[in-house]
Amino acid sequence: MSPGRDGSPLSETGRAVHLRQLLVTAAFAILVLAGGPTAPAFAETPPRGATPGAAQTGPDAGSGGPDAAAPVPIRANLPDLEDEVMCPICGTLLGMSRAPAAERQRVFMRRLIREGKTNDEIKDALVAEYGPQVLGLPDDDEINFFVYVVPLSGLILAALAVLWAAIRWRRGHGPDDPKTSVGSEPAKGPGGSDSARLDRDLAEYDL
Amino acid sequence: MKLRARLAGFWAGVGLATFFSLAMVAALIGFLAWGMVNAGDGGIATGEPVPTATLPALPPGEEGSLADYRGEWVLLNVWASWCVPCREESPALDRFERENRDRIAVLGVDTRDLSEDALAFMREYDITYDQLRDANGAYADDLETTGVPESFLVDPQGDLVAHFPGPFRSVAEIEDFAAPALGGGGSSGPGSGDQ
Repeated sequence: MSPGRDGSPLSETGRAVHLRQLLVTAAFAILVLAGGPTAPAFAETPPRGATPGAAQTGPDAGSGGPDAAAPVPIRANLPDLEDEVMCPICGTLLGMSRAPAAERQRVFMRRLIREGKTNDEIKDALVAEYGPQVLGLPDDDEINFFVYVVPLSGLILAALAVLWAAIRWRRGHGPDDPKTSVGSEPAKGPGGSDSARLDRDLAEYDL
Repeated sequence: MKLRARLAGFWAGVGLATFFSLAMVAALIGFLAWGMVNAGDGGIATGEPVPTATLPALPPGEEGSLADYRGEWVLLNVWASWCVPCREESPALDRFERENRDRIAVLGVDTRDLSEDALAFMREYDITYDQLRDANGAYADDLETTGVPESFLVDPQGDLVAHFPGPFRSVAEIEDFAAPALGGGGSSGPGSGDQ
């Protein structure tokens, strides 16, 4: 019998809700892991201190001119960049390193931020200084192709495993299973000794 | 038929989940073993050719390579401006170069460093010998360095004679390391001839 959270058996409706919750949770987890629709929202979050109307404070403000809807480059900030570039000697993200080389890299980046450079401009400057490896992106060769394929395959396999487990769980606890038919019409009556005992009990208690 | 029955028995006994778990563990151990096998043996062997690569010079503008020094003894010194021991050894190395430049060339390789920091370092220590810039550390990897500073004594044929991991503490220590080039019979540094 499938117990609920409080230990009571789940009804058929309860099991359906439980299964739905399981599938929704799995789908959400896959979306988050795959950097789904939530990722751009984070990327477009304005920096601290920025105001929503900041893009329209120039001469064209309120004019509805062609520049009114143009995207305003977001000013770079060090914490974001630290999570996107590598420390040149540590083999880790810059944000995880306190090595002297990493500190010098931070000084360099802070200076560019003060100069008003965007994230992309700072990344370009870092690539000019340290080479493309500083971005921590795999090369476009055959071996590194697997860097993308393996995690994606893992996600798909995990999703299939969850689906398979859910289907199996549902079959194992379906309406035909006499053990889990609580709360709905039982598919089959008790048989054998159970039936005899039931008859005795009914007769004894005059129900 | 017997084999099939045995296989069926095996699957029933072991179970699919257990089998895949064991397979994953075996794959993980395989990856670790592969990494250890390919980790290398700790550096270039004495007598082996020292890798050459064409790199931008410091200050920027030209390019250079260890191959340009073929026919000369070379003390190849890998350093970085953020490296404190490199600062400690720099005065001694500079003095050694000034005193022995007719017998051996000193070639610096600034690795994984900001160019402006490297130039400031060169100005601070008044370094005048040739410098190359290894921006992404690929050449240091070719040399199989384990850190900075590290020095390599290269003979006129371009082969490794001695290797010195870590900073030189004095001019005498550098002269001892470079003795084959200076015509002496020094015993060289702690890492020499052992790779």
